[in-house]
Amino acid sequence: MMLTRERLLNWAMIAALLIVPLAAWSLDEPFIITLATKAAILALAGVGLNIALGLGGMISLGHAAFFGIGGYAMGILAAHAQNYEPLFAWPFLFEGSNQMPLIWLVAVVFSALAALVIGALSLRTSGVYFIMITLAFGQMLYYFAISWSAYGGEDGLSIWVRNEFPGLNTLDPIQFFAIAYVILCLALVFAARLARSPFGLALAAARQNEDRVEAVGLTPFTLRLIAFVISGAITGLAGALFADLNRFVSPTMLSWHTSGEIMIFVILGGVGRLYGPVAGAALYIMLEHLLGGISDYWQIFLGLLLLLIVLFARGGLIGALAGREKAHG
Amino acid sequence: MTYILVLEQILNGLQLGVMLFLMAAGLTLVFGVMGLINLAHGSLYMVGAFAAAAVAGWTGSFLLALIASLAAAAAAGALMELVVIRRLYQRDHLDQVLATFALILIFSEGTRWLFGSFPLFLDVPSHLSGPVSLPGGIEYPLYRLTIILIGLAIAAGLFLLIARTRIGIQIRAGEADREMIAALGVDISKLYTLVFALGAALAGLAGALVGAIQSVQVGMGEPVLILAFVVIVIGGIGSIKGALAGALLVGMTDTLGGVFLPQLFAVFMDPASAASAGASLASMLIYILMAAILLVRPSGLYGGSA
Repeated sequence: MMLTRERLLNWAMIAALLIVPLAAWSLDEPFIITLATKAAILALAGVGLNIALGLGGMISLGHAAFFGIGGYAMGILAAHAQNYEPLFAWPFLFEGSNQMPLIWLVAVVFSALAALVIGALSLRTSGVYFIMITLAFGQMLYYFAISWSAYGGEDGLSIWVRNEFPGLNTLDPIQFFAIAYVILCLALVFAARLARSPFGLALAAARQNEDRVEAVGLTPFTLRLIAFVISGAITGLAGALFADLNRFVSPTMLSWHTSGEIMIFVILGGVGRLYGPVAGAALYIMLEHLLGGISDYWQIFLGLLLLLIVLFARGGLIGALAGREKAHG
Repeated sequence: MTYILVLEQILNGLQLGVMLFLMAAGLTLVFGVMGLINLAHGSLYMVGAFAAAAVAGWTGSFLLALIASLAAAAAAGALMELVVIRRLYQRDHLDQVLATFALILIFSEGTRWLFGSFPLFLDVPSHLSGPVSLPGGIEYPLYRLTIILIGLAIAAGLFLLIARTRIGIQIRAGEADREMIAALGVDISKLYTLVFALGAALAGLAGALVGAIQSVQVGMGEPVLILAFVVIVIGGIGSIKGALAGALLVGMTDTLGGVFLPQLFAVFMDPASAASAGASLASMLIYILMAAILLVRPSGLYGGSA
């Protein structure tokens, strides 16, 4: 393992994301812990998108669909559990659940299925068509959620008590942070291994030169579809955690602004950088907190910053701090 | 369900269709000529509507309001092109998506800062309000009929502009081969600014016209932008003809589906669940249409190879 500047920076970031909430915990500042939890969860959503975007070169503007499906998986299961209304009675009686592991499983499975369908349709096209079609499918689910009155429609769905994790008290901010942080670390390890695996290398090759990948007997469509499904599943898991953080899920999670924001996390940090989403989400949360305190119109500054990064500093935050080398080869 | 209701809904679908065409025409021209995907097109729609509402508030004249919407949106479009967009032509689509998403944030929050969060209202002018009797015994709002006619007139004008004028020839040449047309002495950057401002003006006009039916508020351009994307994906990116066909198809599907699907479901369901199931399916109908068309023709109805 070479100790490059980027790797040092990555370790520093992931350590900072742990130290800040621990310090806040010892100083009894639960709000800071919640901010850090939010950053970790949004970073996880970005790690998911980055597999499609950075590694696979698929510019998906519809990842809010998976984020929202994860959120609704948590909302629906928990709502049935808290109201004691069976979700279905056949083939077995199922009354919903307030157990996080089961909710995560459902979130991952359903967002992966959605990604399979959306990906299989969208990947028939490329370039600008792909962007617009993923955007359109995301909006389709958004409007569906708005008109789906059984689960709150436009008003969304509130959960009174945060769901449970065996052995932990999830209502304690630092314990819930620990869950989000561990999952984020696992996802980062998974993404790093994926990028170095034969599959990841083939996927990166398909991004760089589609014809050659086909010539050696691989199918770019299948590679991309698998990556899209993995990417959607991770973002869906982040959605379930995000909904649990807020104890609330609403169609906003599915709106295309959410897709844009997840993409912003990836870009603020640096596209194709493994830890880019961590840097980006942390920066985004800090900006939201600091600028949002100065002005209600803080998104103007976010827009200007994003514009400057896209036009003049294309490596993002990590690129600016660690030079231009890429994490994914 | 009478045939008058059906005809009325067809006219409503036509009205939505021509408005979508005004949006989609600019998007598809900008993509066809400059190869640029512009998410901020909806912001230009919003700029047009706000300019119209502000001018109508000061002067009381609807005509001046429409002129203001054209001018403000064209000016905003030209400025956007000169400051930001022209740096993006050589970039990949990801940079274009992000930069234009950033523009949306700036425009939306800027407008909220200037005009506040509450919606403005733009009134239908008195000589255009009220219903008009059409042959067949249909009473239809005169204003909506005017919108349809304005939209169709602009569509015809746009086709003439593209097919018959010098500018139109340059635009088509720019789509085919931008190096060649530059080599032939056409000032390509001026042409780009012009095309962008033209598309912006059409979006602004659409915003002002629709603003009088709905309310004028921040974010009003985004649902329309997404519909316009669906339109040009269906029609084929870069094709004006495709934009028109796609806009009418989407306008009709969305309007008729929203009205008739719940009624159709009521035939074999109880009314309450028919209404909610029908509304849910109707909200997804145009996307299902888009997916179906893409399965048959991945580059849209009138698109070349994607």
